[in-house]
Amino acid sequence: MNSAKLSKKLWRQRYLILMIFPFIIWLIIFRYVPLWGWIMAFQDYKPGRPIWNQEWVGFKWFVEMFQDPDFYKAMRNTLIMSFMGLIFGFPLPIILALLLNEIKNIAFKRTVQTISYLPHFVSWVVVASLVSEILSPSGVINQILQKLHLTNYPIMFMAEPRYFWWIVTFSDIWKELGWNTIIFLAAITSINPELYEAATVDGAGRFRKMISITLPGIMPTVVVLLILSIGNIINIGFEKQFLLRTAATRDVADVIDLYILTYGIGTARYSFGTAAGVFKSVVSLVLLVFANWFSKKTTGYRMM
Amino acid sequence: MKKKTVGDLVFEVFNYVLMIILAVVTLYPFLHVLAVSLNDPYDTVKGGITIFPRKFTLVNYIETLNYPQIPWAVLITVLRTVIGTFVGVLSTAMVAYVINRKDFIARKPVAIMFIITMYVGGGLIPDYMLIRGLGLMNNFLVYILPGLISPFNVIVIKSYMEGIPPDLEESAMIDGANDFLIFWKIILPLCAPVIATISLFIAVGHWNSWFDTYLYCSSEPKLTTLQYELQKILSNATASSQVDYYSNLDPNRTMKVTPHSLRMAMTIIVTLPILLVYPFIQRYFIHGMTIGAVKS
Repeated sequence: MNSAKLSKKLWRQRYLILMIFPFIIWLIIFRYVPLWGWIMAFQDYKPGRPIWNQEWVGFKWFVEMFQDPDFYKAMRNTLIMSFMGLIFGFPLPIILALLLNEIKNIAFKRTVQTISYLPHFVSWVVVASLVSEILSPSGVINQILQKLHLTNYPIMFMAEPRYFWWIVTFSDIWKELGWNTIIFLAAITSINPELYEAATVDGAGRFRKMISITLPGIMPTVVVLLILSIGNIINIGFEKQFLLRTAATRDVADVIDLYILTYGIGTARYSFGTAAGVFKSVVSLVLLVFANWFSKKTTGYRMM
Repeated sequence: MKKKTVGDLVFEVFNYVLMIILAVVTLYPFLHVLAVSLNDPYDTVKGGITIFPRKFTLVNYIETLNYPQIPWAVLITVLRTVIGTFVGVLSTAMVAYVINRKDFIARKPVAIMFIITMYVGGGLIPDYMLIRGLGLMNNFLVYILPGLISPFNVIVIKSYMEGIPPDLEESAMIDGANDFLIFWKIILPLCAPVIATISLFIAVGHWNSWFDTYLYCSSEPKLTTLQYELQKILSNATASSQVDYYSNLDPNRTMKVTPHSLRMAMTIIVTLPILLVYPFIQRYFIHGMTIGAVKS
């Protein structure tokens, strides 16, 4: 394209360019400038000096991080809570979708669905408040346990480190179960109805059809989502852990992001915190690329 | 229609019972907290409240709303949600429109620039340093600007726009409309369903967020949001110290209510708008989710 043609085209698209221009500036400032901040991880960042005028320290902070027992604790907690979320949280939406699909009373089905999405729309702050209420010494769980004589005195759920991972896992399931079901229900609607008719002729019962037709029918979706969540194991965030932890459960609650928050911002060790952040991003990117490759290999479906 | 077998019947009963249990488990915490918030605070201490208030009162709400921070928090949260949603949706739709225009000169590079940010980000500390460097600490704009556009939402709106026949744009262009007018007068109204869905997601996100307040605005009481105020009450309630956040503010006031009942009232205040709009928005998001799921 010669320059006259190009400038003519630019002039013709001036409104489009005007419309996108502010957002490109926004993108550079808020999404790309922070990437530039990664070099802080290799410097001894001191506030008040420009970033190119800082002392370079190489991998000092990474070495320090790998020698910090708290870092391993955070890593352990991240991995354990991620895997617990996967093991207990991943199959449930599939099961719920299968079961909901079998309910023929539309009004009842809608009602159950509507109720099940509800917690997705409230904040983790609210969920943390509800959870600590339900699990309080006078809360409903303790009342039930005492009525059933499973315990004689109220259990302090929120103050017991050994319950913390379970509390996080199950409150997450409570919050997101209904919502995560939507995608599987959508996948079920795309299954060819002729398969069910054929199975009925062959004398298959409801349960049989569910296992032999519906489940295999949504398998591709299941595999893709599973791989995707494996790619995200290090990205569990920190909101639930931050909001549900108490002074007594800190040791089991600190995840990578909370570690970064505590050491990076809390104690103003910006370079150290950035190093931990860079480590997390690199691991997460590697996992995502691996998940993507694996997904392409097994299902022929690419996510990136 | 074939007659139901015994196995089918057993399965059906089992299924219905399970669904009812699920519904109860999901709803119970909300109803319980609502009941406690409407119950006399000193009566609540005796225990035994389930989902109905025993001694009905509004004192918990009146007391909560009487704390100086709360009316401000309501105002800031509402402002943030309304402004943030309006600006956010408009920006997202505009980006989606330009990226979707097949003839746009920089279509590919711009799209790639947005997509990259779905996978890499600066992370907590560089983001924090940026916000501080830009002077956005304790500034209302920090609620609107950093999270203005999410690439995921751009993709959802863009894939909806793909379904609009290009003839419409072409005929408008012949009539002399410029690109912005086409976007504003033709494309935007046609995208109403997906715009409604994305608005809902963005609005809920704004209403529910507390962490940016915690990180960037916690030293300015006039800029804190409702979620952050609830988080403050929560972290005080779960802290080992027995000192209550609100009794610190005004020791005389807590004589009327207990910290526990206040917390329950606050939880409901924070949840109420979502509970109120939920029945109306419900039918939109299923549709929106399905679009997003199929395309991405």
